[in-house]
Amino acid sequence: MSTLSLEVFLGALALVLLLVETFVTVPRKLIACAAIGGLLVALVALFFCAKDAVPPGLVEFYKVDSLALFYKGLALVSTIAVLVIALEYAPVINQFVAADPEKTKEAGLGEFFALPLIVCVGLMVMASAVDLITIFVSLELTTVSFYVLVAYMRRSASSLEAGVKYLILGALSTGLLVYGMAWLYGLTGQMTLAGISDKITHWQGSTAPLLFAVALILAGIGFKVAAVPFQIWVPDVYQGAPTPVTAFLSVGSKASGFIVLSRVVTMLLAKDSAIAPQTEQMLLIIAGATILFGNLAAIAQTNFKRLLGYSSISHAGYLLLALACTHTGALGFTPSEIVAFYLATYLPMTFICFLVLAAGRAQGINEDIAFFRGLARTSPVLGFSLTLALASLAGLPLTAGFMGKFFVFFSATLEGNYASLLIAIIGAAAGFYYYFKVILAIHSVPEEKLPAIRLSALSQTLLAILVAAIIVIGVYPDAVRNLLVK
Amino acid sequence: MSPLEIIILLPILAALAVWLGAPARLTSLVASLAGLALSLVLAVQYQSHSGSGMAFTSAHTVLTHPHIQFAVGADGLSLTMALLTTLITSAALWSIVDKERIYYIASLLISAGALGAFLTTDIFFIYSFHELALIPTLLMIALHGHGEDRRAVAWKITIYLGVGSLVLLAGLLGVVWWCSPESGLTFALADLKPVSSNCKTEALINLNFFVLLIGFGTLVSLFPFHAWAAPAYASAPTPVAMLHAGVLKKFGLYGLIRIALPLFPNVIQTPWIQQALLLMLLGNILVVGFITIYQRRLDEMLANSSVMHMGYIFLGLAAGNALGQNGAALLMFAHGISIALLFLLCGKLRSNLGTLEFSKLGGLATNAPFLSLTFGFAAFASIGLPGLANFAGEILVFLGAFQSFSEQGFSMIHVVTILSLWGVVMSAVYMLRAYRKIFFGEATTGLFITDPTPSQRVPMFLLAAVLLVVGCQPSLLLNLIQSAIGAK
Repeated sequence: MSTLSLEVFLGALALVLLLVETFVTVPRKLIACAAIGGLLVALVALFFCAKDAVPPGLVEFYKVDSLALFYKGLALVSTIAVLVIALEYAPVINQFVAADPEKTKEAGLGEFFALPLIVCVGLMVMASAVDLITIFVSLELTTVSFYVLVAYMRRSASSLEAGVKYLILGALSTGLLVYGMAWLYGLTGQMTLAGISDKITHWQGSTAPLLFAVALILAGIGFKVAAVPFQIWVPDVYQGAPTPVTAFLSVGSKASGFIVLSRVVTMLLAKDSAIAPQTEQMLLIIAGATILFGNLAAIAQTNFKRLLGYSSISHAGYLLLALACTHTGALGFTPSEIVAFYLATYLPMTFICFLVLAAGRAQGINEDIAFFRGLARTSPVLGFSLTLALASLAGLPLTAGFMGKFFVFFSATLEGNYASLLIAIIGAAAGFYYYFKVILAIHSVPEEKLPAIRLSALSQTLLAILVAAIIVIGVYPDAVRNLLVK
Repeated sequence: MSPLEIIILLPILAALAVWLGAPARLTSLVASLAGLALSLVLAVQYQSHSGSGMAFTSAHTVLTHPHIQFAVGADGLSLTMALLTTLITSAALWSIVDKERIYYIASLLISAGALGAFLTTDIFFIYSFHELALIPTLLMIALHGHGEDRRAVAWKITIYLGVGSLVLLAGLLGVVWWCSPESGLTFALADLKPVSSNCKTEALINLNFFVLLIGFGTLVSLFPFHAWAAPAYASAPTPVAMLHAGVLKKFGLYGLIRIALPLFPNVIQTPWIQQALLLMLLGNILVVGFITIYQRRLDEMLANSSVMHMGYIFLGLAAGNALGQNGAALLMFAHGISIALLFLLCGKLRSNLGTLEFSKLGGLATNAPFLSLTFGFAAFASIGLPGLANFAGEILVFLGAFQSFSEQGFSMIHVVTILSLWGVVMSAVYMLRAYRKIFFGEATTGLFITDPTPSQRVPMFLLAAVLLVVGCQPSLLLNLIQSAIGAK
């Protein structure tokens, strides 16, 4: 079975759900459940999808290697998690969408549950995209859906503000990306990455125009993955967007940016590439700046969601560093695989934080860190899960987050890149402070007694799976390696 | 399943059970005493059966490239450290009375981290387990500690230890890089080969060793990376102070003996590294020693004294011979027990009197003869009185440091050793002064203390007995240690 059929299936499902939403009055939660069901079916089916099973005629544009399969799995899992979080968050959506929230209990929920499916299709196609057009179309499919989702709460000023910021900067980045692609095509006469790679290895003449094109493309994708200096939109958009969407941006959008970046950078840093050293320099500088900015700016944050925004920037920095270090043979991983591994560790810990945030918000708890004081007393299970997730984000050993950092640190060591290693250490040290700050708040004695946060059975299941994933990956990292390297 | 895995898992499972609502005191005491009994049995078994090499091994691969195993195994040194950990854990848990669950959970987790670090034989897990203590320590000091500035102190220890462990991680990755066999990178200690340097790589290897020294040293409060230790111990709740000063701090030294010294043989005798280490440890002994003399509160004095005594252990390592290392290992054990006992007594005084300022205390011996006797016992042990455990360790350290005298003539290490000897005088000054001031002299009005109840005496008695037994018969432990390090 080809993975393309899964993408067609999910796209069709999204359209059907949108039609149902419009013409039939069903409880909106059913739409979410149908979407989750469809995604679960696709996830199971993914295990039966063969590598390299590509319909004839698409071979040049669409590649199904183990990396693509892994990213497709990541996309499916994150979309499922996002929908579960969205169900938890539904009251808030209704409150800010409906003209009269008391009367119309489910206003606007249908599309909110269906749109993530379209994003997911975009992410899945992107995982396989190996030519410029496919990359661009799938990237736009997700980005345009995100424009809608970020600004979804139309009666919330901060959501609208986030939407406008994301739209303008997103459009700008798309422009840069297309311009870069145009240059690349103009220089090489090729649209497929394989073709371009071939031209670059036998490049004669000046590399300046090539570097210009590469810089534009890096800038364009830099916006998507929140790399410095293209990260300015992140804190505001993360804070303003509906929490499930923020979670999706943080994991899904980042993953999609990194699969594209992995493929492009692998091509540029190939052994005989004419511009490998310069590209590496660019990546290292961006990575170092991103790690430092994300971690140091996070120290002062008091809003948990915003803090996670900066944390997301910092993790993008580590991921970029991993991409730039190419001497990873001894680790049994290519740089792209290290990035994929890191993203797999990043997924559970980030979703736990956003799940708790969403559930708390729906039950009247603000997003300030101060409002989480005493969570470990009122809801011990949530307190424990959040502690674990934050410890993992900080990179404490025996959690998933450490394994991700471990590979990044190790590849920088093998590269002999001690300056980057030092920066990574500084960043991680700052991380100890701002993540532990939240942990300390969770375990503190609150000034006034908080209401306990309750989770639906579905969310509890998700939480249990995510917690288990953090511990299992942290103690038995081969679990992910076996999925990744087949 | 190896019995060592059971020792490591016991406190983790107990912590989980307590979190889920099992009776806290009973569960944690049963778990810790079972761990103590088990490690005692294993130590005896080890000595009577094999007596050398790694025993009770078991390994499960968790990552194929680079090769990482959850591998357990113990030799004499690991077993000594495991005994130290389980002894102090039992005493610390026993001493907790009427406290919240988090006291038990945190103590058990810290203990599990230490046991895991001492009993695993894969660098990855040795490193990982140590970090298990970081969050419990932060929470316990920040939320249940003493003193106005406990939050600042909690952050200080967390950041220091966090940065120290990241530096250590970089150093350990270097170890794996230098010492792995050609078949591929591995973290298994058994497969790592001691590095053989040539002129090209020598500088890098020396640098790597120094990074390890700083990384491990920060965790042991090596001067000048010691600023976190004294305030943290002074503010920490009693069980955490006992476990941290008694056990966890020894991890850095254990790591040096287990990883850095054997895999980078003779690098410690590189002139600039040895001189730097000697200067730093002299800072521990003399600078911190003077600071200790000037303390006005018992908890701060004890905390500083524990930082100071780390200098002797480093001296044993700097000597670069087996004698010094044997002494260092023995002193690690002895110091752990004595400082844990002192913090236990200090906690008792604090909870009963509400103050630990020397100026407000006096004449407590009249009504609390047992407390006075035990405190004197621990204080004398800490000074290094012959017949108590610390003396045996210290004398070996000094002998080890002087051993190279005949070959090299008079060199820096001998000067440092002679200066270090004055540290013993300083210890005597502050310990005896504190002892006299608190327990003898004029009784202050309003402050009154009676002897602890029989139940509370159990952990004190346990630790004091160990000090006496090991002091009179150091060969009990020394045989174990020598089987791991070598006797010469």
